Amino acid sequence: MSALIEVKGLDKAFGGVHAIEGLSFSVEAGQIYSVIGPNGAGKTTLFNLITGLYTPTAGEIKLNGENIVNIPPNKLAERGMCRTFQQMQICMNMTALENVMLGRHLQLKSNFLTTLLRLPSLLKDEADCRDHAIELMKFVGCGDYIETEASAMSYGALKRLEIARALAAEPKVVLLDEPAAGLNSVETAELEELLKKIAAQGITVVLVEHDMKMVMGISDHILVINYGRKLAEGTPEEIRNNPDVIAAYLGG
Amino acid sequence: MLKSLTQHRLSGLALLAIIILLVPAFLNNPFQYDMATLVLIYATTVVGLNLLVGYAGQISLGHAGFFGMGAYFSAVMTSRFDWSPVPTLILGAALVGLVAYIVGRPILRLKGYYLGMATLAMGFIIYITLNNEGWLTGGPDGMPVPGLSIFGWELSTFNTYSFLGMEISGSLAWYWLMGVMLILGVWIAQNLIDSPIGRALRSVHGSEVAASVVGVDTPKFKNLVFVVSAIYASLMGSLYAHFQGFITPESAGFMESIIFVTMVVLGGMGSTLGVIFGAALLTLLPQLLADFHDYEMMMFGLILMLTMIFMPKGLLPTTQAFIRKKLHKKAEDKA
Ligand SMILES: Nc1ncnc2c1ncn2[C@@H]1O[C@H](COP(=O)(O)OP(=O)(O)OP(=O)(O)O)[C@@H](O)[C@H]1O
Ligand SMILES: [Mg+2]
Repeated sequence: MSALIEVKGLDKAFGGVHAIEGLSFSVEAGQIYSVIGPNGAGKTTLFNLITGLYTPTAGEIKLNGENIVNIPPNKLAERGMCRTFQQMQICMNMTALENVMLGRHLQLKSNFLTTLLRLPSLLKDEADCRDHAIELMKFVGCGDYIETEASAMSYGALKRLEIARALAAEPKVVLLDEPAAGLNSVETAELEELLKKIAAQGITVVLVEHDMKMVMGISDHILVINYGRKLAEGTPEEIRNNPDVIAAYLGG
Repeated sequence: MLKSLTQHRLSGLALLAIIILLVPAFLNNPFQYDMATLVLIYATTVVGLNLLVGYAGQISLGHAGFFGMGAYFSAVMTSRFDWSPVPTLILGAALVGLVAYIVGRPILRLKGYYLGMATLAMGFIIYITLNNEGWLTGGPDGMPVPGLSIFGWELSTFNTYSFLGMEISGSLAWYWLMGVMLILGVWIAQNLIDSPIGRALRSVHGSEVAASVVGVDTPKFKNLVFVVSAIYASLMGSLYAHFQGFITPESAGFMESIIFVTMVVLGGMGSTLGVIFGAALLTLLPQLLADFHDYEMMMFGLILMLTMIFMPKGLLPTTQAFIRKKLHKKAEDKA
């Protein structure tokens, strides 16, 4: 069986800085796959490369066995990849619900003419989209914010909203960049449950996270990177006992 | 009941229709009708521009270029080649839309100031072309434009018509025609906004990366809204030409583009009623203040700056928020 995401010899340089260097790994479908590493290790850069926001300096990235380098993010969304951001990307000029409905952009079949004339098929499509989005907001625990302006929501709620938007796209794989950052312990525990539920739906989760307790608790597989290179990979058990990882995390 | 009525998505449109119906009761000479018609023409133009600037968050400092292209296409084709005005203005809008599509593809990749500069340059090129091709356009002196003939009627501000037994002056007929155009323009804009396409457009403003990772083809949507707003401008330019009976390249000039953007920003970006209000204010203000003309450029610059600093959401949305807050406070005080 081939991997869902396969990365080989990946390289990304910003001027003289190698943010990612010779990185290879693969993510199997259905996993919760975590990427960890110290600040500045290159985790976000890696996500930006996989999701088409950056172009690699060298190396290849495959999704379902097909090369995806140089394919723009919106085309990757069509292939079932979606993500959230460490620096949250919420449309503050919309309501919470509209943000999630935006996530269903590709599921909508309306065209320019049905829109201009506001034909019944458009209204039906929109109503379904709305129902679906409301359901998802409840699923991630944002049920109280449906008509709220995104700009009026708390940080923790926005974090969940961004996940709901990613799920609205009905992805095969979601990449979540530090979803627990800035959350309190109760919220983090809720998030952990949410990620498990997402994985249980058969959606592959690729996670960047600093919260070790959570990472160790839910991951099937962990990749550790440092200075853009692979330091170790394996099951949580293997990672916990890896001397290199311990050294890196203790600042060795 | 009242609440659900005011919150209906077309409540603004209904309000607008009522205002358009009532305004003639307050007008008492052809000059005032013509001013009102001019307001309607500019209002419809900026309703289109607002889709681009207010909703999709993309600036255009060259929109008068599209307005001027529509105006001159109609002027040249109807006066020199005897084309029929209505098909001409429709064909003109299609051509201007095509130009916007071709120009938009490369320049809409630019952001912020760079996009501003590129659209500015585009406007200049159109303006200079209209000035230089005197054999066709009459050059800087401008050219006369025939009246608008619809169904065999020659619609001119100098004529009078009988309609259902009533005497209607040409000025009033123009007012009604443009009133209908504005309503249509607002209705179409509103349909566009309240749809998945509108959501995608607003997401380009809100967060372009977020839009792209959920599958929005952002370059395509930016180009789409650029074309739509150019078509609005072109149609209004054509009608403006027929209405005025005479045009000069100034209608495509930089000053005009700045006025359009100021109307949008002052009225309220992303508020359809707001930008109509902005159009009315900035069309009538120079008429009310006699000396305004000498300082026009300065005044518009100042208005633009002050709005950006003190009311970034624009006049109407800021006032609405203010009233809402007051009402809310009143309700609280009572409780
Ligand atoms: N757009 C960019 N331009 C220049 N340098 C960049 C850019 N993006 C990232 N870098 C550099 O690449 C390196 C890796 O950054 P990255 O954001 O990927 O780290 P990270 O592992 O996500 O860190 P954190 O845990 O703090 O989020 C850093 O040295 C950073 O300065
Ligand atoms: Mg990061």
